[in-house]
Amino acid sequence: MVLGFALLLFVPLMMALYMSLTDWPLLGEAKFVGLDNYKAIAGDKEFWKVLGNTFYFAAGLVPLNIVLALLLALPLAGKLPGMGFFRTVIFVPVMTSLIVWSIVWKYMFATDSGFINQLLQWFGVTGPSWLYDRNLAMPVVIVTSVLKNLGLNMVLFIAALQQVPAQLYEAARIDGAGRVVTFFRVTLPMITHTLFLTIIMTIIGSLKVFGQIYVMTQGGPVGSTKVLVYYIWEKAFKLYEFGYASSLAYVLFAIILALTLVQWGLRKRWVIHEG
Amino acid sequence: MRTSYRISAAVQYFLLTVVSAVMLMPFLWMVSTSLKEPAKVFVFPPQLIPSPVRWSNYAEVLHIIPFHLFYWNSIYIAALVTAGTVFFSSLAGYAFARIPFWGSGVVFLLLLSTMMIPNEVIAIPMFLFMREIGFINTHVPLIVLPIFGAGGVFGVFVMRQFFIAIPKELEEAAMIDGCSRLRIYTSIMLPLAKPAAATLVIFTFLTSWNDFFDPLIYISDRTLMTLPLALSLFTDESGTAWHHLMSASVMATLPLLIVFFFAQKQFIEGVAMTGLKE
Repeated sequence: MVLGFALLLFVPLMMALYMSLTDWPLLGEAKFVGLDNYKAIAGDKEFWKVLGNTFYFAAGLVPLNIVLALLLALPLAGKLPGMGFFRTVIFVPVMTSLIVWSIVWKYMFATDSGFINQLLQWFGVTGPSWLYDRNLAMPVVIVTSVLKNLGLNMVLFIAALQQVPAQLYEAARIDGAGRVVTFFRVTLPMITHTLFLTIIMTIIGSLKVFGQIYVMTQGGPVGSTKVLVYYIWEKAFKLYEFGYASSLAYVLFAIILALTLVQWGLRKRWVIHEG
Repeated sequence: MRTSYRISAAVQYFLLTVVSAVMLMPFLWMVSTSLKEPAKVFVFPPQLIPSPVRWSNYAEVLHIIPFHLFYWNSIYIAALVTAGTVFFSSLAGYAFARIPFWGSGVVFLLLLSTMMIPNEVIAIPMFLFMREIGFINTHVPLIVLPIFGAGGVFGVFVMRQFFIAIPKELEEAAMIDGCSRLRIYTSIMLPLAKPAAATLVIFTFLTSWNDFFDPLIYISDRTLMTLPLALSLFTDESGTAWHHLMSASVMATLPLLIVFFFAQKQFIEGVAMTGLKE
């Protein structure tokens, strides 16, 4: 088993590192070029735009996802009737195929006759061409992506909230603390470990966005939604520039590694049940 | 005090209802469109309940594309990946939890560290390797890679955490009775680990069923495609037949939804228990 992992994870990882130092075309010989690919990346205007788009996606998705998931988890962790139903409904998209989800939303955001624009027309508003507008395409992808995975973080928050000891709330009530104060002084500090974990995991996940971009925009219009993984895929599997694509992939790896190290460094703040 | 409580409950229900409506809308619209006549797909005002209801869309999809093949490919690949992952990772998880061997801690840590390797990094050399040994346009990479890749590592992690929590005394008693390691594993540990294994089964099946990136790289032959890949190709073609695409999407989603509604409690708890995705 461990051997299997070594062969299928470590070997390709090292291989990719080597490839990132070569000019590796689809056919013909690979040529060792040292750090040339990385130098080329630094001067690649498209790369910087793609990286910017990727961070734009993450910066939009992560706060929206975390805040909404927490906001929903608060009532759903309670005992009001009907919460099981809401929990299920909000969780359903998590297990649906991202591709199907994106296809349906792409259709609902269609320009002339999509559901969204028809709805707007009802109120006398002429809707924009959402996915063909370079300023709107990314926000649409962000919002639909948030809806897709919201339920996952929500469930994690519910689990964390249900472990907060009831005596703490009792004590806060006796002290005359209001809802808002109780939330910030009791609830939030008690779930920081989950909060921290979900934030890091959501950031890492958002840096790897691909499927919804592939289906909804193909990186367009005019490259406004082209993200890092899409760029890697394009370079590797459409243009067959395997060396350059490997260097790009290593840049992604470096970013994720950095985030993971931050998480590891701060782990004492959130790990409560290890081993 | 009581009125404020009522108002707050009302606000909560309102917020939840709005979000739930947004969540359900794509599904409703998908089903609704899947039953529409092509001419009525973009009609204004939008019809939620189509008239007339056109069931033949479903039958037509099965004729236009080899839908039964996509279905079968998705099912058997996901089934093999799930079986393989649960088998190997429960064995490895048990070994890491119970059998002390030199460097086991370090090896486990190294294993865990592979979880942060983005699939896209290893995908490129893996693609070349698979091409070298002639596995492009076969299902082999789609089955082997998840079992021994990131999915497998996650499985080992989940199983190890679970096995560690089982009291050692249970095993020691069995050992005194002359049970072998393998016997202990199959007749004591594995039955106890059912909840963890069940979670792993659902997770793995779901991930494989919904996977997109790997099939996109490895499969170009139409008859070998899995459902997400086949559906995504629909949208590329100019002038999408939305009514057909939506009935295909319904058919691709339905099995998951049915399974989910039966196993939802366990599944949601499983997510909360493992606290990790992918």
